[in-house]
Amino acid sequence: MQQQSQSTVQPVASGGAGPHAGLFEGYDPGKSFCELLRPAGASDQAIALVAERLAAMPLDELRRRSKVAETELFNLGITFTVYSEKDAIDRILPFDLIPRVISAPEWETIDTGVQQRVAALNLFLHDIYHNRQIIKDGVIPESLVLGNPNYRPEMVDFAVPAKTYVHVCGTDIVRDDEGQFLVLEDNARSPSGVSYVIENRHMMARIFSDLMQGLRVRPVENYGMRLHEALAEVSPGGNNPRLVLLSPGIYNSAYFEHVFLAREMGVPLVEGRDLVVEDDRVWMRTTAGLAPVHGIYRRLNDDFLDPEVFRPDSQLGVRGLMRAWRAGNVAIANAIGTGVADDKAVYAYMPRIIRYYLGQDAILQNVQTNICGEPEGLKYTLDNLDKLVCKPVGESGGYGIVIGPRASKAELEELRATILSDPANYISQPMIQLSVAPTLVEDGVGPRHVDLRPFAVTGEKTWVLPGGLTRVALRKGSLIVNSSQGGGSKDTWVLEEGGLA
Amino acid sequence: MSDQMTTPTLRGPLLSRYAECLVWMARYIERIENLARIVDVTDGFSRQDAGESGWLSVLNINADAEKFFKRNVFANSGTVTNFYILDRDNPTSIANAITQVRENARTLRPLISTEMWQHINVFYGEVRGLTQADIAPSRLSGVCAMLKEGCQMHTGITEGTFFRDQGWIFYAIGKYMERADQITRLVDIKYHTILPEGQEPGSATDVNQWFAVLRAAAGYHAFRRVFPRDVSPGAVVGFLLLNHAFPRSLVLSLQQIEAYISQLRSGYGLHGGLAALERLDDLRGRLSEHTPQSIILVGLHEFMDNVQQDLMNIQKDIAADFWPVPDVA
Repeated sequence: MQQQSQSTVQPVASGGAGPHAGLFEGYDPGKSFCELLRPAGASDQAIALVAERLAAMPLDELRRRSKVAETELFNLGITFTVYSEKDAIDRILPFDLIPRVISAPEWETIDTGVQQRVAALNLFLHDIYHNRQIIKDGVIPESLVLGNPNYRPEMVDFAVPAKTYVHVCGTDIVRDDEGQFLVLEDNARSPSGVSYVIENRHMMARIFSDLMQGLRVRPVENYGMRLHEALAEVSPGGNNPRLVLLSPGIYNSAYFEHVFLAREMGVPLVEGRDLVVEDDRVWMRTTAGLAPVHGIYRRLNDDFLDPEVFRPDSQLGVRGLMRAWRAGNVAIANAIGTGVADDKAVYAYMPRIIRYYLGQDAILQNVQTNICGEPEGLKYTLDNLDKLVCKPVGESGGYGIVIGPRASKAELEELRATILSDPANYISQPMIQLSVAPTLVEDGVGPRHVDLRPFAVTGEKTWVLPGGLTRVALRKGSLIVNSSQGGGSKDTWVLEEGGLA
Repeated sequence: MSDQMTTPTLRGPLLSRYAECLVWMARYIERIENLARIVDVTDGFSRQDAGESGWLSVLNINADAEKFFKRNVFANSGTVTNFYILDRDNPTSIANAITQVRENARTLRPLISTEMWQHINVFYGEVRGLTQADIAPSRLSGVCAMLKEGCQMHTGITEGTFFRDQGWIFYAIGKYMERADQITRLVDIKYHTILPEGQEPGSATDVNQWFAVLRAAAGYHAFRRVFPRDVSPGAVVGFLLLNHAFPRSLVLSLQQIEAYISQLRSGYGLHGGLAALERLDDLRGRLSEHTPQSIILVGLHEFMDNVQQDLMNIQKDIAADFWPVPDVA
């Protein structure tokens, strides 16, 4: 069986099946940019080779391997848990075996662009919690920062080590119909998904090694080590600080990722009840008594971290943690109060924020965003309501979004009134024709929309994991890649220069 | 040799919560295996002469009768096997034990090997997937074999892949604590199993039942080797409780617990465990004063009850030292 399946994929480029034949028979990305079957001439040789190998694979064989992958994900417990009244149901994030491939020059843009963005986010956070120069200089409205629910007055004048607030950043990136990368959102609080980046690669190595053969794909396995290094750089405790990962516990839907990261970093996975603060120092409860802790990678929201300062009813946090942090006795990553920087309204200002602090143009463009709090933005938005996507800035999870081209006349009129009643609460963006990638679906292999979330790790410097979480909207035509709404994921291959071994 | 190999104290500390979960994960796995053995042997009894009375004794040795009769009228093969294998509302069922194993393993995932986790995850699915049809009389023995094998596979994977630091020791302590407890219950089952009318202790039926207990504990052939011509209850009881070579005997388990706790103190510099060691010493002293005959004379059931109480206290001592409940500020 194994031997048979190996022979179905040509190990090297050969004649025969063209890129649109075989597996890709009838594949039509329409107006969207396709990540794999690029326009002739423009395609990277290695990407073309991947397409060619896939084209030669029978659909049944792809389905067979896909089934094996699914079973393995269940058995390995790479699942998130959905709780009903009586039962805990384990779901897997559907995994699509056709990889998303990124060429070396494309990655160069993402890598430098993300680094630039993270640098600007950190400078912005330091500024707004200290001098607030950017507000004084009129680059961003004061109300947007100080009135933001994620702004934490507790952070004012506290100097975090290396001025790093955002140690782990996930930047959501899409591509438009011309293949240009655009940032959709910054995730500077507690971005998740990196475990899938690495587990997907392991899965591909087990099930689809013949597809990768002879290609120089950049490794993703050292993420845990890099994260450990970065946190050690900003932690007290000398050369060998003790780090832990703080999780809400096994009932959290991202628990698998917490386990994964703790293992990859080689640190204990702790819950709030395992830690105690005494004399402004953090300790963990061990079989030998209390042992010091110097750095905490927390996967717990600000609100729950310390009942002494934030929600007093939190059972998940550690009483006194803020005191220990402010005393410089422990590092906390990400810092508290980073949510003000990845907010939808602040996002609109990111190109200006980058220019303000770094004197550079943004390497990765924002999706063009009209700020209704500004007269020109408001006018443009109201004039083009039927063509734009309007988003309230204070909401999350897609709540309150109106997609102009899909809204009725009455809905648009209602939207107009709502925006006019509080313009500062709205932004608008054009509809983006997201890129697609070939994906195994019910009736064969079809184009499905994808996005990309690369992960940046920052201690004293920033490093971007060469890869990222490619999420794919499995429903035809859907633009929504979230796992809660029928999204899956793909392995993301970043090629070395040249791409072929 | 590197420092790390010679001085294990250099290895990282172990979270108290992990130690607690390791003990319980090991205990629940051991419990499933033993419960499967008990159901299997009772199934055998009830097909022979003892009839359905054997099922009542399973409830008695586990002190579950009261709970059971709140929801059941008769104790027979159907109701009791359902209660112990499938019933999710019964906290002492295998369905719940495997859930406990998996919940503990989930907590321990950063610590245990991927292979241990994967096996538990798959085994959990198999056990939770069992239905009424699977525990029908014709298939019951097969299900018991499946349960035993699942636990044995876990044991093998653990032996071959689990890193041997403090965590391993707590795991082993849990395993032997439960094994010690369970052997006393298995011995006790004979006390509760009523002999058919006209059959005296030492009669053919009685001896057969003792052999069935030995088989349930995987000790029949070893017993034959040690006592080729002795079939007295005393010999069987002595073998199950006091034999130093039988891997499920009470004294062997107690020895192991003692050795592992000592290793925590000497090899890992932990200060806890003294109270448990004292209690173990005391228990072993009392056992060494007894012969199988004198145990039977004192009253097998009472004796087993006392041992179970001691084991509970040892567990409490270990908990108090290694995962104390934090003072509420």
